[in-house]
Amino acid sequence: MDDKHWLERPATIAKLWRGGWVLLAILILAEFTYHPHAYFVLDGWFAFHAVFGLLSCIAMVLFAKLLGVYLKRGEEYYDRD
Amino acid sequence: MIEAVHFPPALILFAGAFLLPFLHGTPRHVVALAAPLLTLWAVWGVPDGVALSVPFLEYQLQVVEGDRLSRLFATIFSIMAFTGTLFSLRQGSRLELPAAFVYAGGAVGVTFAGDLISMFIFWELMAVASTAVIWANGGQTAYRASMRYILMHLFGGVVLMAGILGVVAQTGSIEFGAMRTDSLATWLILIGFLVNAGAPPFSAWLPDAYPEASWSGTVFLSAFTTKTAVYVLLRGFPGAEVLIPIGSYMIFYGIIYALLENDMRRILSYSIINQVGFMVVGIGIGTELTLNGAAAHAFTHIIYKALLLMSAGSVLLMSGGVRRCTDLGGLFKTMPYTATMGIIGALAISSFPFTSGFISKSMIAQGAADQHMFWVWMGLAAASAGVFLHAGIKYPWYVFFQKDSGLRLKEPPLSMKLSMGLFAFLCIGLGLNPEPLYAILPYPVDYVPYTTGHVVTMLQLLLFSGLAFFIMLPYMKRTLTITLDFDWLYRKLFKLAARDAADRTAAAHTAAFEDADKRLAQLINRIFRAHGPHGILARTWPTGSMVLWAAALLALSLVVYY
Repeated sequence: MDDKHWLERPATIAKLWRGGWVLLAILILAEFTYHPHAYFVLDGWFAFHAVFGLLSCIAMVLFAKLLGVYLKRGEEYYDRD
Repeated sequence: MIEAVHFPPALILFAGAFLLPFLHGTPRHVVALAAPLLTLWAVWGVPDGVALSVPFLEYQLQVVEGDRLSRLFATIFSIMAFTGTLFSLRQGSRLELPAAFVYAGGAVGVTFAGDLISMFIFWELMAVASTAVIWANGGQTAYRASMRYILMHLFGGVVLMAGILGVVAQTGSIEFGAMRTDSLATWLILIGFLVNAGAPPFSAWLPDAYPEASWSGTVFLSAFTTKTAVYVLLRGFPGAEVLIPIGSYMIFYGIIYALLENDMRRILSYSIINQVGFMVVGIGIGTELTLNGAAAHAFTHIIYKALLLMSAGSVLLMSGGVRRCTDLGGLFKTMPYTATMGIIGALAISSFPFTSGFISKSMIAQGAADQHMFWVWMGLAAASAGVFLHAGIKYPWYVFFQKDSGLRLKEPPLSMKLSMGLFAFLCIGLGLNPEPLYAILPYPVDYVPYTTGHVVTMLQLLLFSGLAFFIMLPYMKRTLTITLDFDWLYRKLFKLAARDAADRTAAAHTAAFEDADKRLAQLINRIFRAHGPHGILARTWPTGSMVLWAAALLALSLVVYY
């Protein structure tokens, strides 16, 4: 018997990933169910919001990582003399 | 219909603050919970127009002047004061709650101030009272953070005062209404407001000071200062275009710095600046839809941010002060209620459909689209995804899931659970039924948040942002670090410069004294040579020489008189 919390079991985590992928696929396919109303050109593209959300977040994480190279300091930085 | 209120509703909170120190136990709890509710009642009794006018020097101060905008903000400030009080009933510090009442009262006072002078008085009262809220946590770290905090706010206050004096000198009127950024004086007022909003380069005071307050103090702090700044910007500078780039910077600053941060409450502090950035952009665009959006977003933001900080405060209290993501994780097993509350707050801040953030923030993005502001709209969309990234997933993930930190924390006491439950209810309630909020916004609302297209595109944006989070997880490993900000200037550079100046002064001082010492020594040596034990003037003269000289004198007198 696995004494881990059900959310921690590898089988559950694998199921969550599978469920997640299915959900993402449904969200993209949902675009066929309504008539999109675009305000600009770009946001009328198919699955624009999905791609834009994914790419902008990856970009932000990488930018933060880069900035961290220069701006991160130890926790005691301001207490040291 | 309740009778018209002709006194400042803030007075009820001030009276509460003066009563609290004399009360203990149940009476204290009753007064503490009743004062904010009475304030809420008074807020809704303030009629439109001037309700209280007081002469001051040659001016007539409009201490209480009501309209829809002031009532909206005063309402959420009162609700916040009530829920914050409920959350902090177990707080041991007896200074914190009275200070928080004065602080909340100051915020309510600002929203009803019809002239610049009364606004300024309540504004400065908030600065002092909020500093006392930080002090209440005790300890050197909190004290030093509070000193940096108040210096920044006093600086902002001086700039604001200078601007007010300029405007009064130019126009002769102390009326607080919409201003144009066409003179130095109005610019100074704008800068004074923006310091409190956490705008660049004055953002660092917020994540520096807020996490140093107690587990309950931070909840109060998160609500009043920045949102009062949003209120005065809404009243004073609607449509000031300079606010669009400033707000956009704040939005991305909040995201990037929160991504780099390790302290759970500092993550949430950075995200306050991010959220206020959305409001500032909305004010800058300046259409009825975006001004409504900024006001509505301030309302919903106070609720979900307080909810997030209450869940963090619960973790902090029950763990005895564990605050770093690197030391937390896996708490969902023993704190399922607190974790759920944190997740609801996180979904609301990410403006997930069917939460309060969705029905408020989307008004701002819609307004940008209506104005054909392509880049602003793109920025807001990317930032919406970024909010989910830095707060929506990051906060609950690192605190409640992530890994098993070994901590087995109990759920917090009932009063804390109740306050979280109330705000979680409002987050979802307003998301499902935004009409009560839309009905009290400053302008009539002609906006439908729930269309299939809007829900689907928002979910795409958010869930693919979530996918990005888990893909990028290896790149987001928490480190035991802080991140440099503009406060480096006054915490490090100015300090080093001051130390260098002090060192040089000390060196010059030492050199001058050494020189004086040397000269003194030389002088003493010279005197010593003449007067010392072997000095020419201190020599004992041998008797022989005296006899010789006497003989010589006698011989001389003999020669002379002979």
